[in-house]
Amino acid sequence: MSFIATPQFMHFEEALPLTSGASIRDYTLAYETYGTLNANRSNAVLVCHALNASHHVAGVYADQPKSEGWWDNMIGPGKPVDTNKFFVIGVNNLGSCFGSTGPMHTHPDTGEVYGSSFPVVTVEDWVNAQARLLDRLGIAQLSVVLGGSLGGMQALSWTLQHPDRMRHAVVVASAPNLTAENIAFNEVARRAIVTDPDFHGGDFYAHNVIPKRGLRIARMIGHITYLSDDVMNEKFGRELRGGIDLKYSTQDIEFQIESYLRHQGEKFSEYFDANTYLLITRALDYFDPARPHGGNLTLALARARAKFLLVSFTTDWRFSPQRSREIVKGLLDNRRDVSYAEIDAPHGHDAFLLDDPRYLSVMASYFDNAAKELSA
Amino acid sequence: MTDKATMQAIAKLVPQGARVLDLGCGDGALLSYLQRENGCTGYGVEIDDANVLACVKRGVNVVQLNLDEGLAIFEDDTFDVVLQINTLQHLRNAETMLRETARVGKSGVIAFPNFAHWPNRLSVMRGRMPVTSRLPYQWYDTPNIRVGTFKDFEVLARKNRLGVVDAFGLDEVGNVVRTLPNFFASTAVFCLERQ
Repeated sequence: MSFIATPQFMHFEEALPLTSGASIRDYTLAYETYGTLNANRSNAVLVCHALNASHHVAGVYADQPKSEGWWDNMIGPGKPVDTNKFFVIGVNNLGSCFGSTGPMHTHPDTGEVYGSSFPVVTVEDWVNAQARLLDRLGIAQLSVVLGGSLGGMQALSWTLQHPDRMRHAVVVASAPNLTAENIAFNEVARRAIVTDPDFHGGDFYAHNVIPKRGLRIARMIGHITYLSDDVMNEKFGRELRGGIDLKYSTQDIEFQIESYLRHQGEKFSEYFDANTYLLITRALDYFDPARPHGGNLTLALARARAKFLLVSFTTDWRFSPQRSREIVKGLLDNRRDVSYAEIDAPHGHDAFLLDDPRYLSVMASYFDNAAKELSA
Repeated sequence: MTDKATMQAIAKLVPQGARVLDLGCGDGALLSYLQRENGCTGYGVEIDDANVLACVKRGVNVVQLNLDEGLAIFEDDTFDVVLQINTLQHLRNAETMLRETARVGKSGVIAFPNFAHWPNRLSVMRGRMPVTSRLPYQWYDTPNIRVGTFKDFEVLARKNRLGVVDAFGLDEVGNVVRTLPNFFASTAVFCLERQ
């Protein structure tokens, strides 16, 4: 049984300058904390979330027994990131649809819903917003900044933008930037959304509709890329939903995998915001810390001061081990403290959220050492 | 080679404060010892999950890589010393890795079981492959895919134009053997420099 989590909200009046040149003011960040901040405020762990997640990292809500946070297997009392030792902070990013200010909220100047006018945000912008939250919480330096996938990009960005504000960075199943193939998948997902007749150029809130068709397809595409071919075959293979007879229909569901994808897409379209999906996939596309350095990641990582743990999964083809090794190489070139574990797991990109004992023990050992530093 | 005396014998070859790359670092014990006793920094490279975990537990920097896929992740000349302690015998590309060792390090220390150690010779003379504390496996299940001798390695080093700064043997408890090491030592140790 998990502990009870309670969302909190922090309002910021002061404008936050964004990478695009725009800025956002009067915004709110939703966050949750687990564990206790120690007397010298040194045991904080910031957890950065991935594409469709939120500040609800661990625990359950009092009135919803099945509402485990998305990294509940990783974070909690006695878990790899032990909340008996660490003060863990989960924060929902700007532009998201889970409580922080996003496209469905009201623009303070116009009094109208942001919709399509919500500014484009980058990984760097999210990190700067998170830094302000830490300021408010009175945390000068994190013990660890931790993230998987897009969250790993934020953790990496933290070490470059605020190099003295953490002792450790743990970057899981991530990449120094997206490949053309990754961007292509994002683009297909975005086109599915923006060409949905219910999208209305992003201002669908005023029409009281939701571009569910687009969201469903976006999620189906995403879902395929998060799994490995092997796992999909193992889970679904060529199994037919209706038994052994073919229906000879091009419209109906025939294979179990179709049924599964449609179900996942349907669920997603019930709770996720279309504009948020566009914003977050764009932030993914843009992330590239080496860009201001002529594409040289080694030069980009020269700013980092943290000790690093990188973890990748052999069957992850969306963010392959090769992409993690590029980050490792950049850190080695800069003689940084870095460890790298390449976990031979069958689950593809999703492995970072699952219970692989090798993965969880590496994480637990690394955090154990980080915890020992606190009392040293 | 987990024995403390042997570890100390190897550690004596690594200068104070050296930047070390330990190829096939196992559980990280040697690297941890070098950090503590010699003020060294650096990384271990290891393929085995349990060993990688042991390194992380010790707080030793470890990079999980398959050495048979090369050392492209490391730039030329970035380490003072590259260690290959009981690693060579497991490598498919032992010669390539020797050249890579010379590329990324200013010097190298290579240690491996000496197949020409007299008990091994005796065993072969009796018609059986040796099973000893240094070569504890049966011929059909050994992970050692390269078995070589002290003398063989001298030839390989020369072929790759690597200067042998020092070479000696170690016995089972880590004592240095300088008399006829090809015959009397169970472990061969070579200190190399690029020529």
